[in-house]
Order: sequence, then structure tokens, then C-alpha cells
Amino acid sequence: AASAPKPLPSSGPKSLREMPHPLATSSSEEMGPALTPSPDLLLPRSIADKDLSLPNGTPVDTSSPASSSSLLNRLQLDDDLDVETRDLFVTVDDPKKHVCTMETYITYRVTTKTTRAEFDLPEYSVRRRYQDFDWLRNKLEESQPTHLIPPLPEKFVVKGVVDRFSEEFVETRRKALDKFLKRITDHPVLSFNEHFNVFLTAKDLNAYKKQGMALLSKMGESVKYVTGGYKLRSRPLEFAAIGDYLDTFSLKLGTIDRIAQRIIKEQLEYLVELREYGPVYSTWGGLEVELSEPLEGVSACIGNCCTALEELSEDMTEDFLPVLREYILYAESMKNVLKKRDQVQAEYEAKLEAVALKREDRPKVPTDVEKCQDRVECFNADLKADMERWQNNKRQDFRQLLMGMADKNIQYYEKVCVT
Amino acid sequence: MEDCLAKKMEITVSEAEKRTGRNAMNIQETYTAYLIETRAVESQSEGQCAPVESLWRRYSEFELLRNYLTVTYPHIVVPPLPEKRADFVWHKLSADNMDPDFVERRRIGLENFLLRVASHPVLCQDKIFYAFLMQEGGWKEMVNETGFQLKADSRLKALNATFRVKNPDKRFTELKHYSDELQSVISHLLRVRARVADRLYGVYKVHGNYGRVFSEWSAIEKEMGDGLQSAGHHMDVYAASIDDILEEEEHYADQLKEYLFYAEALRAVCRKHELMQYDLEMAAQDLTSKKQQCEELATGTVRTFSLKGMTSKLFGQETPEQREAKIKILEEQIQEGEEQLKSKNLEGRDFVKSAWADIERFKEQKNHDLKEALISYAVMQISMCKKGIQVWTNAKECFSKM
Repeated sequence: AASAPKPLPSSGPKSLREMPHPLATSSSEEMGPALTPSPDLLLPRSIADKDLSLPNGTPVDTSSPASSSSLLNRLQLDDDLDVETRDLFVTVDDPKKHVCTMETYITYRVTTKTTRAEFDLPEYSVRRRYQDFDWLRNKLEESQPTHLIPPLPEKFVVKGVVDRFSEEFVETRRKALDKFLKRITDHPVLSFNEHFNVFLTAKDLNAYKKQGMALLSKMGESVKYVTGGYKLRSRPLEFAAIGDYLDTFSLKLGTIDRIAQRIIKEQLEYLVELREYGPVYSTWGGLEVELSEPLEGVSACIGNCCTALEELSEDMTEDFLPVLREYILYAESMKNVLKKRDQVQAEYEAKLEAVALKREDRPKVPTDVEKCQDRVECFNADLKADMERWQNNKRQDFRQLLMGMADKNIQYYEKVCVT
Repeated sequence: MEDCLAKKMEITVSEAEKRTGRNAMNIQETYTAYLIETRAVESQSEGQCAPVESLWRRYSEFELLRNYLTVTYPHIVVPPLPEKRADFVWHKLSADNMDPDFVERRRIGLENFLLRVASHPVLCQDKIFYAFLMQEGGWKEMVNETGFQLKADSRLKALNATFRVKNPDKRFTELKHYSDELQSVISHLLRVRARVADRLYGVYKVHGNYGRVFSEWSAIEKEMGDGLQSAGHHMDVYAASIDDILEEEEHYADQLKEYLFYAEALRAVCRKHELMQYDLEMAAQDLTSKKQQCEELATGTVRTFSLKGMTSKLFGQETPEQREAKIKILEEQIQEGEEQLKSKNLEGRDFVKSAWADIERFKEQKNHDLKEALISYAVMQISMCKKGIQVWTNAKECFSKM
């Protein structure tokens, strides 16, 4: 049943190119020719077609490949799916402190507005705590292992004695959680995830969580991805390249983080000296008659410089550094996904070898090997799609970030100039 | 400044040179010599320029000149020399006297000193000063012949001695107090400024690391690569800019230092006045007691206790001839003393008058100079900020193209 040349997600990079993705403007074209597809992926279309025919009847195969393909088909119909026609909006705000007998914690309000059919109501408003976000992320990783799940802000604060309930910390965290949900919202597959839906809508999430344990049996597929013991002979070029890139990327980000922290530290030390400098002019002004005005003026200026500098350092700490750290976490989780992909491929190759050794003449490869193949392909495809998206978003994020940093510095200097 | 030397002559300290030679103790040493160039300023009618005359002097000779001036003109606030050793340095500046930057700043300071002296209505007329500028050989001997050294020694002793004046001149006391405070506040300011410069240097330099890491990062990026690379370049520019900025600031620091040392000179004048006052009071006291003694001898009454009186009581009175002789001596002394007191009083009044005139002149100069210094400091800061804005705007543009 060879279907018409419908763009399929699981048949290599070509199809992705043809599919317009809301956020991957022109980069998909760039990505394509730059990477040499590995021999594994240049499988004949026939097998891919078979894959598509499977889900038409069998409900068991609720693993991501099937859902991805059907969904992506759906998206194809909405060719111009851009930001304006988005149908799901999520916001995190309004942090509140809760004091219970056992513990004290913060909850955030999660507001949803949507026109999607998957949701019963057009609007929802629930309260969630960090634990819930963590649960959501784990569930997403489990149920969509071939996709890149956005990172959460760190659970515990590693360095220093930071107050978990301080305004700055809570605000930083809120921003990160908001970012997290928005990234999921923007993802064509993840945003339709069942757990995500529940997270956004359920009044009592804990009850659902307990229920979730039972669902695990149905999600048998996901367990298989965790099978170890298979060693990959060689990572296909493109994924090796991605792996290398991620390594260097997180390294460089780490360096930038350290530099930024060092700058902040130096700025604070500079601030300390400035704070002593200003008043000396004042004292001198007290001694003089004619010169007292200009001296006082200098003193006041220096005071203003101090304030402006303080603001700059604060902004850097609150806005710049967390984003850097977030991307480092992102890179880490992406590397993990790459490893999983390797394992799936290894499994596939091993099985293929086993079949070859049997030397039996078969018309077609056994189903389970096929399935492995499929999984590999889908994995690869999803990964690639996600990577593209990620790259773009990252670029925008960093652009904003660094521009913001530049802006702040500019503002600082402007303030100083004015005085 | 109607008729001062500065208007008639161009004076510059144009060069500095390292030399080796033997010093007074015949030990080999390295020192820096400075070239002083002078040229008479012709009136407009002449089209030609007068020839340039020049000679070399070292720092110790400048010191000698200044010592001579302070001793010879105690009522004048004598302009100070640039510092002997580098003080108030922030870490990048070296404290080495042979360091080229230090030598350069010293050269400027010495030139400034000469110009100040040449513009002073009183000091510029001094022959020794003129000889310092024009006569290379034999100048030291000339100075020593003035015999100022003796005065210098006693002056030094006096300045450091402690004594109490019974009727201090309020104005001078206030002025001395002011100069003490000024010294203290300026040195505090200079110390903190050096620390501020240090810190600022650190902040700028660390940004240079951004340049390197952006460059490395850009190597692995596709679309973001160019933007990152050029932004990195701007970070390098930013980091490098601090060197020039701080060098300019040193000039400001030097201006403050001049007045720090000026404060010392001011204080010296006040002290001199105190000394004179004390001298006067001592002389007056001495005179009074002598007069008293005389009176006692003449009238035969012993009003005050004296050892002489006691011994004479115990061992018998003196003869009338002896008494007469004593009275005569005392009367002579009293006359001398009265004349001395008169001249001292006159001296004192003159001193106060001329000192106060110079002090007023100094105050005006100080206010003018410092105001200008503060303004140029502010201008410097603004330009520094503008540069900062420029760099970050450029970087922002690079980022926007990512």
C-alpha cells in the first residue's frame, strides 16, 4: 500500500524540509544539505509506508511515532500555522506562600486559554507547586522519550545560602517555570501530551498522579527504550556532530557563566570603593567655601553611579545568569536523549545482525526488528525536528539575552552620563 | 601677574634622560636629568624667534632651589615639587622611580613648578631662580654662598618644635587648621581613588574574557557565528579601553597631589608666623622682667624672689658701686631689648601683611585650579561613559544580527 508522496516524518531529513514548521523558518533548508544522512536512514520508502498503515487500526501502538505522524499530518493542513493562530496559551504567575504543619512551600498559578478540542473548557486556572512541574517533566520524558523536553530550573539551590522564599528567588523561578510551560506549549507533539493536559486542567493533580501508576503498564513501549546492554558501533555522523556540538556548547556556556559571575563580583567590589569615594568629596566640600558646590556635585554624582551600578549587577544576576544555566541544563538533557537514541539504534543493529546470522531466507524482516528500525527512524526524525526548533529558539533567546545585557550596560552608562 | 617672568620667557622641561655619575659620596649611581629650555618672548615687532637656551638639571637641584626659596621667602606659599617617590599608586602603575611613565609625569610636574615660580610676582624676581634657569655651571655654589643653609637648619628645627603662643592670631590658626584638614582629606581621596581605579581596571579586563569565549563559541555555531564573533571583538575593545582611561585619570590625580603638597607649604607659612609671634612674646617677656629687675635694684625693694636677692640678704648687701654697675648694664640691655622689640614688631606686621597678601593670591589660584580640575575630571568621566555606550551599542547590534 504505497501511499502518495505524502511527506512522512519518519523517512529522513527530506520530508522535514518540505513540511513548514511554525518556528523553523528557513533553517530547515540549511540543516538538510549540511548533514549527510547515515545509511540507516536511507531506507526505502516502502517500510516507512508500512509504518503508516499500522496505526490505522491498532490502538496498541500508541507510541510516539504513530501519534507524531498523524499529528504532523494534521499540522500540514494548517500550512500557515504561525504565532498569531496559536490556539493554546499558558502563563505562570502569582506565587503564594503556603504554610502547613509539615512544610512550607510556594505555589504558582497556571492559567490556560485555549480553543483546542482536547480541552473541555476554554479557560483554566490551577495552582501548582515545583513538585508538580517536576512530575510533569518526568512524565513527558517517559511518554515522549524521542523528544527533547525543556529543562526545569534547578530543584535545589547549589551555591550559598539563598533564601528559598526571597522575592528574587521566587521571581527567577517563576520566570523559568513560565518558560518551561511555554516551550511545551509551542511543541507540536508535546503540547498534545495527555499528562500536559491534565497538568493544566486538573483540580486535584495528586489523585491523577496516583492513578498514573496504573497507566504505566499500557506504556510498555517506553520501558523498552531503557534496555541497556547494547553497544553502538558508531554513531551516525549527524548525531555525532550534534553530540560534539552540545559538548562544546555547554562548555562555552559554562565559561560565560563563570565570566559573568566574575564580572558581577568585580563590579560589587568596585561599588564598595565607590561608596567610600563619594563621601570624601563631601567632607572636602565642607572645608571649602567657593569649591563646596562643585565638590558636593561630584559627591552626588558618584552616589548616583553607585545606584546605577547596583541595578546593573542585580539585573545581570536575575535575568542573564538563570537563562545561561537553563541552556546548560537543556544541553545536558539533550545529550541524554542522544544516548537513548544510540541505544535504540544499537538494539536495532544487534537484532539485524542476529537475523543475518540465522541465514534464513525470509521475504521480509521480522516484525520486531522492523519495529526497532522504525523506532530508530522516528527517534532520529523527532530529534532532528526538535533540534532545529531548539536551535532557532535558542538563537532568539540568546539574541534577546545578549541584547538585553548590552542594553543594561547602555542604560547604566546613560544614567551615569546624565548625572 | 603684571611683570612676572613667565610673561617674558617661555619655559619648558622638554626632555628626561637617564644618566650615571658619581654622587657626593663618590658612589656610582643612576639618576634622571631633565632638560630645561628657555626662550625669550619677543615683542610683536620682531618677526624672528629668539634662540632657545637650555641646560640639564636633576631632581636634587630642583629640591635645592625650593629649599632656598622657602627659607628666603618665609611669608610666601612656595609652589611644591612633584613627589619624590610614587605614592598612591594603584596596582598597575609601578612605584619605580625609573619607570618611564613616572619619569614622564615627573617631567610635567617639574615644568609646572617652574612655571608657577615664574608666574609668582615676588618669586620670579629672585636672582637664584633666574640663574637656575640660565646658568649651568656654578649654580650650586651660588646658592650656598647666600648662606641660606644656616637659616634652613634653624627653620627646620623651629618648624618641628612645639611651643605655645599666648596670643595667637586667629586667622593664622584657622588657616593652619584648614591646611591640616586639606592635607588629610586630599590624601584620603587619593588613596580611595587608587583603589577605585584598581577595581575598575579589574571589571574592564574580565570583559576581555568574553571576547575569547565568544570567538570560541562562534566557531561551533552556524547562524549565530558571525554575530558572536564581532560582538567578541567589541568586548576586546572595551577591555583595552581602560588603559587609556586610567592614564588620563592620573593627570587628575597629579593635580590633586600638587595641592596636597601646597597645603604643606601653606602650613609652613602659618608655622613661621607662630614662630615669629612666639619670638616676639619671649622678647617682650624678657624685656619686662629686665625692667622689673632694674626697678628693684634702683629702689632697693625686692618684690620678686631671686637667688641673688637671697644670697645678698644672707651674705650682706652689695656696695652701691656694684649696684650702679648692674643698673647700667641692665639699662643698656633694656634699651637694646626695646629696639629689638620694636623691629620685631615691625617685622611681624610686615610679615603678616605680605603673607596675607600671598595667601589671598594662593586661595584664588587654588579655587580656580581645583574647579578646573574637577570640571575636567567630570568631562573625563562622561567621555568614558560615552565610550562605554558606544561599545555596548555596537555589541548589541552584533547580537541583533544573530
